[in-house]
Order: sequence, then C-alpha cells, then structure tokens
Amino acid sequence: MHELAVTESILEIANRHATLAGATKITNIYIILGRLSSIVDDSVQFYWDIISQDTMSAGAKLHFQRIPARMRCNECSREFEMQDELAPCPQCGSINLTLVAGDEFWLDSIEIEKEPGETA
Amino acid sequence: MTVNRLPVVEKILSANDAVAGLNRKRLDQLKVFSINLMASPGAGKTSLILQTIKILSGRLNLGVIEGDTAPVTIDADRVTDAGMPAVQINTGGDCHLDAPMIDMGLNQLPLEKMDFLIVENVGNLVCPAAFKLGTHANVLVASIPEGDDKPYKYPAIYRGLDVLIINKIDLLPYVRFNMDYFRQGVEMLNPGLTTFAVSCTTGEGIDAWANWLINRAEELKGK
Repeated sequence: MHELAVTESILEIANRHATLAGATKITNIYIILGRLSSIVDDSVQFYWDIISQDTMSAGAKLHFQRIPARMRCNECSREFEMQDELAPCPQCGSINLTLVAGDEFWLDSIEIEKEPGETA
Repeated sequence: MTVNRLPVVEKILSANDAVAGLNRKRLDQLKVFSINLMASPGAGKTSLILQTIKILSGRLNLGVIEGDTAPVTIDADRVTDAGMPAVQINTGGDCHLDAPMIDMGLNQLPLEKMDFLIVENVGNLVCPAAFKLGTHANVLVASIPEGDDKPYKYPAIYRGLDVLIINKIDLLPYVRFNMDYFRQGVEMLNPGLTTFAVSCTTGEGIDAWANWLINRAEELKGK
C-alpha cells in the first residue's frame, strides 16, 4: 500500500540525478531490494507507468534485483544466509539472532540518453 | 545521442529519513522523549495512551500526534478530553505516517511544555515498519484476541521494536492464546526485547510501562 510513496521517491531521485548529468531521457532504472523489504515490485511498476508520464523517466524500465538476507548468531557468531525468517542458527540451533542484511532498498544506477556535444 | 549508465546509490527513502533526522534533532534539543506507537487496528493504542495520561498527569506533560486514514478526530478528541494536547493527522488513505507528517504535527504542539510525545501510528502491522519518523523508540501494542501467531506473520515490525506491550491480558482465560509460542516468536525476531504485559481495562501492568517511560525521559533530560 505504501508503494505510491516509494515510487514517487524513485522518480524524484532518478530525475534529479539525470538532470544533473545533463540527460534528455532515462531508459533504465536499477533498484536493489533486500529480501525483507516489504515492497511489491508489480505494484511499484503499476504506479510508475502512471506517475512517470510527461517526465524524462517516461517509458523507463524498472529493474529490481533482490539480494538475500543475512543473519548473525549471537551465541556462536556464525553468519549465514537466511532461508526461512524464523529458522534457528544452522550451526548451534540458537534463536538468538541479529539481522545483518536484508532490509536494503536503494536506487543503484540509471541508464540515460544524452544529446551529443553536451557534457555532464 | 549517447547512452550511459550513471551510478546513483541513493536510499529510496532517503528524503523521509532526512526529515526523520531533523525531527529527532528537534526532539533531542527540547528533551521531549518520543515514541512511535504501532499496532493493528483495535489492539488498544488509544486506550494505552489514555491510561498513560492518567498515571502521568499532574507529574509530567504529554502530547500526542494521532494518525488516521480517515478525516476523523475521534482519537485526538479522547486525548484532549483527558487534558493533554493532541494533533490529528489525516493521511488521506495512506497506510502509515511518515517523517514530514510528524514535522507538521510537531509544529502544532506546545513542545517546550512537553516531557513526552506519543505518536499513534495508523493501525497496521506492515507499512509503519518501513518509515522512520525520528522518534526515540518504536513501541508495538499486541493484544491477546489478535492471536499468538502475529510475530510469525509480521516479522518486520517485531524486528524493529524497542518495546513490546502485550495488551488485554485480562482476556487470557477466555481466548485461545499460547503465551509461550507467542514469546518464542518474539524472541527469535528480537532477542531480549523489553516487554510489558498489561490490561488497559483493569490497569494491570500499566505502572511498569509508565515507569519505563519516566526513566527514559529522565535519561534524555540528563544528557
């Protein structure tokens, strides 16, 4: 449900960076998403098609790359990739775990078009 | 025409996080200890606020920001009736409060006269977890009738908590709720989480929660 706010933020960041670089058009947008980020790709895409109209991002394709979540065991210090959100440490069975990665959500890069002769 | 790839590497919610940082700075400077109170609809957020006001009134001053999706002032009216300042924020259908909404709310509260701020988030166990507000602590009210499986079904919100309040414990004899199963789920997501079991109806356990609040506010004032 909060995908609209998130999509507006993606549009703002992409257009701001592209304008600074002197671009005329944005063609692709690459987004990194931790496995535990509660963002629905399809929903972002749905809003994107509507709100990017009439901006330099119109028609740009969104690419989502999901990255795995990682946990650290507070008992045996083992670090491991999370398979199941509520599974214990695979080494010692402890449930005393800390999340070290998995809630990332950032705009990694954009692909832009520039007219020849313009410099960034 | 040339095509090139431009690195951006910017957090998508960075604009919200920046405003949250400013909110925190303001609350720190004025030494107002603030909590982001989250829960599903009907868990007892407003009841907990009213109970907290009852215990603290005459000793400490509290202000409340109430978030709701519909243009109603039911919750703010209840707080105002209890003698504390409240601001109602209508999110216009949005499922959560965000940092700019808190900034607007702070502008309308007598912060200089306040010791505490309680932000009552929109009743929802999913979206509020994703938006930082700038408050000092994330507090969740879970209630017995919701069932003992909620940590397992809404892990993200439990993972980000500083305090958990289990409300409506007076209903334990009447409802199927396995406290051990519930607590084990919480422990897996947030080891050692500070937890208070309360009943806003009987008043049981509210003292311990209020003491925690008072201690944290004193800590902030001592800084």
